[in-house]
Amino acid sequence: MAEPSPMKRFYALFAVAAAAGIGFLIWQMNRASTPTVPVQVTVQPGDTAGFRGYTLGSDSAAVEVVEYADYQCPACQQFATVEWPYVRDRLVQTGRVRWVFRDFPLSQHQWARLAAHSAACANEQGKFWEYQDAIFATQPDWSASRDAGKIFRAQVERVGLDGAGWDACMSSLRFAGRIQGSADEGIRAGVGSTPSFVIGGRIYAGVLPYDRIKALVDSLSPAP
Amino acid sequence: MTLRMGAAVTALAGLFVSAYLWLYKLGAIGTIACGTGGCETVQLSPLSRFLGVEVAAIGAGGYALLLALTLASLQPRWAGSGRLIEIIALLAGGAVLFTLYLKYLEFFVIHAICRWCVASAVLIVGFFTLILLELRRIRRHTT
Repeated sequence: MAEPSPMKRFYALFAVAAAAGIGFLIWQMNRASTPTVPVQVTVQPGDTAGFRGYTLGSDSAAVEVVEYADYQCPACQQFATVEWPYVRDRLVQTGRVRWVFRDFPLSQHQWARLAAHSAACANEQGKFWEYQDAIFATQPDWSASRDAGKIFRAQVERVGLDGAGWDACMSSLRFAGRIQGSADEGIRAGVGSTPSFVIGGRIYAGVLPYDRIKALVDSLSPAP
Repeated sequence: MTLRMGAAVTALAGLFVSAYLWLYKLGAIGTIACGTGGCETVQLSPLSRFLGVEVAAIGAGGYALLLALTLASLQPRWAGSGRLIEIIALLAGGAVLFTLYLKYLEFFVIHAICRWCVASAVLIVGFFTLILLELRRIRRHTT
């Protein structure tokens, strides 16, 4: 039996290498639907320009409260689901308080940055607060999940966002720098845990009940 | 295996490396297999674009061109031609210089190392070396 020519042998080897490479790329594309939001991102000036946090409430409100939170932190979820509805309805929507939410993802929480990025992408479509509510409400479902991205994606439909726009935003990871910038800002402000609230220039760490927040607001600006 | 065959396999490997990085930039690959986090830092840096074009896409296009030319050089009608190898050497030399510029950006501007980019750098230098050896072989043969 004749030996195959060197060229034939080369083309056979080349075809195997090409098939292996294509197979690797297809495997990588199918492996995970959830992107990773990088931690070691370089914050560019453009990432944070003009952004002070997600703001709700009147510009003329007498008191501003800045909340630093991590979507995967159980205490933040407790505040968001138990206390926040009262705070929003009785202090923010009545014009007494302007609420500013800032991301402070903790390194031990695998999905915190992805959740923050998901919410940033919802904010692009003007539905940050609705999406945030959905993310905190489903925290027990996705926190221990192996693919939290699927649950975040499911909230897109629930909140009524444009799925294609949200997908494109998530793929671009364009808010990774802004999330890190927000965390850096928190560290500079003295935040060390979540949730933390900056009220009247002081930091209050831990879950603040509605009554406590109201008392603090009253002390800064007596109720009319 | 001849030097040209080795160069073709090297260009194929480079094509897959840059295609992998390009797919990541397009969002088709969720998580980049890197380990250090440096790949994401480099890939998400504004410097990952050159003249408005993704560097990974430039790499994929460049490797595809080098691969096509190297495979063409294996065909009988080009086998004895030094001209095609000279063109490939010129293009690969340009690619090596561009790679040096990118390494400078990684080390001194971005301050992060992307392992896949290092792999691509090793491959393009290897490709250039093989093509230079082939060019020397042809010139020795003709003199």
